[in-house]
Amino acid sequence: MPHTEDALLLASHIGKQFGGLSALDDVSLHIRRGEIYGLIGPNGAGKTTLFNVITGLYQPSAGGFQFNGMHYESGKPHLLAQAGIARTFQNIRLFANLTALENVMIGRHVRTRAGVFGALLRDRGTRKEEHAITVRARELLRYVGIEKPAQTLAKHLSYGEQRRLEIARALATEPLLLALDEPAAGMNASETENLKTLLKTIRTSGVTVLLIEHDVKLIMGLCDRVAVLDYGKKIAEGAPEEVRKDPAVIAAYLGGGGD
Amino acid sequence: MEIFLQQIINGLVQGSVYALVALGYTMVYGILGLINFAHGEVVMIGAMLALSSLTALLGWGVTPLLALPLSISLAMLGCMVLGYSIERIAYRPLRHAPRLAPLITAIGVSIVLQNLAMMIWGRSYHSFPQLIANNPHNIGGAIINNIQIIIFVLALAFMAGLMVVVNRTRLGRAMRAVAENQHAAQLMGVDINRVISITFMIGSALAAIAGVMVSANYGLAHYYMGFILGLKAFTAAVLGGIGNLRGAMLGGLLLGLIESLGAGYIGDLTGGFFGSNYQDVFAFFVLIAVLVLRPSGLLGERLAERA
Repeated sequence: MPHTEDALLLASHIGKQFGGLSALDDVSLHIRRGEIYGLIGPNGAGKTTLFNVITGLYQPSAGGFQFNGMHYESGKPHLLAQAGIARTFQNIRLFANLTALENVMIGRHVRTRAGVFGALLRDRGTRKEEHAITVRARELLRYVGIEKPAQTLAKHLSYGEQRRLEIARALATEPLLLALDEPAAGMNASETENLKTLLKTIRTSGVTVLLIEHDVKLIMGLCDRVAVLDYGKKIAEGAPEEVRKDPAVIAAYLGGGGD
Repeated sequence: MEIFLQQIINGLVQGSVYALVALGYTMVYGILGLINFAHGEVVMIGAMLALSSLTALLGWGVTPLLALPLSISLAMLGCMVLGYSIERIAYRPLRHAPRLAPLITAIGVSIVLQNLAMMIWGRSYHSFPQLIANNPHNIGGAIINNIQIIIFVLALAFMAGLMVVVNRTRLGRAMRAVAENQHAAQLMGVDINRVISITFMIGSALAAIAGVMVSANYGLAHYYMGFILGLKAFTAAVLGGIGNLRGAMLGGLLLGLIESLGAGYIGDLTGGFFGSNYQDVFAFFVLIAVLVLRPSGLLGERLAERA
């Protein structure tokens, strides 16, 4: 059984039904602090559903979560951000008509408190906080490697830059867990390589990473531990080398014929 | 030439009022995708509150120079509370309902406010006390008076202020983020309910100012004044591209000019068959033309980008 004391996220017996369809069936997993945890599986295996349940977008039909030692209720996304879970989306969801810098600055909202009257009156405290937000946002842009187009509207950034910006925005909320939904989708080989480097840097900084990925090669080269989903069930979990040899996994990928 | 210049001046003054009201429509639409048809009534309530408080203050012997800004502030404050309540009561419970539902409650709120105003202030026209000396100025043969100058300058100042808030402050950034993607904004810790409430309050404060301006300009206030004014400001917002702040300002000024020039020349053009009392026709002709020819408005983006 898992060492629960070093688990950042503990999911027990998660089930999710859409109408009569069972998308997740009794899935339990734990993510340890400071690791990169991968979630893979053939198309339609329930990866994104599990991801959405974990990040509070869907309410699970069964089971529950513990995050950072506390129970949390799914279905309340804004509270999760406060608790320390940040995510990116498979289809990028930036604020297209805000600049790159502003996108990241929005991410600071969850950790700062200036009120309406501060915004309108521009008192000293507010100005100081705004300044701190701007400085931090610039740091984050540099961190993910897109400091140059800081004043460019998000919609005018290249695809790879948009992915990075989404990560910077998520990091701006100071997450304990950074959850990435297929971050390499649509990236070319060199962009993927850069992403890999970035994710390793993020882990070094102490942020735990949850990664859903289609690209099995990326997952295998990057993750400390991997869980494999098939038809809504977890069929394997462990270090990438072990999982790769697991007969159930091989059967799922070859027998599924999806990929 | 004098007539032309005169109509341009009249159009810009009237247009700046349309622009203030149009901003309220467009801000709410930008964030909620909802047309707040009660907005015109907020303008009317603003005018009425200013009128009542002004009458009371003058009655207590407050000097006009103090009474006017005080009563305008009271009207703005009252309308902010009203705008907040309208959103809280009539729109928030229906946020996830089909889009037709809040549209109908909007019309309902509009009727309720009109009738409430009729009960409080009666059916008659109220004359708005004239506190600023008229002092007509002659510019190249056209006449502009002090009130018109104040209206125009004040309206521009409020618009500039709004642009600073939206583009340069944390609150504005949150407003733009919520307008783009409510869900993502929520994940970043933006309290969207608060942002929406504040948006309604800012729009309502601008509406109150506009109400006072209209009443001061024409010297009249009436419980029904918000209806046509609201429709015209809505037209201005559509003309500029609803959801776009610059569009609302441009649309307001343009609509004022179109109306004023149209009214000034329609008599000559039709050989006296139509008179300047057909002024209102122009606004709605513009509305129909924009909806048919360019539904996204002058500065609007294609709707697909919002979906």
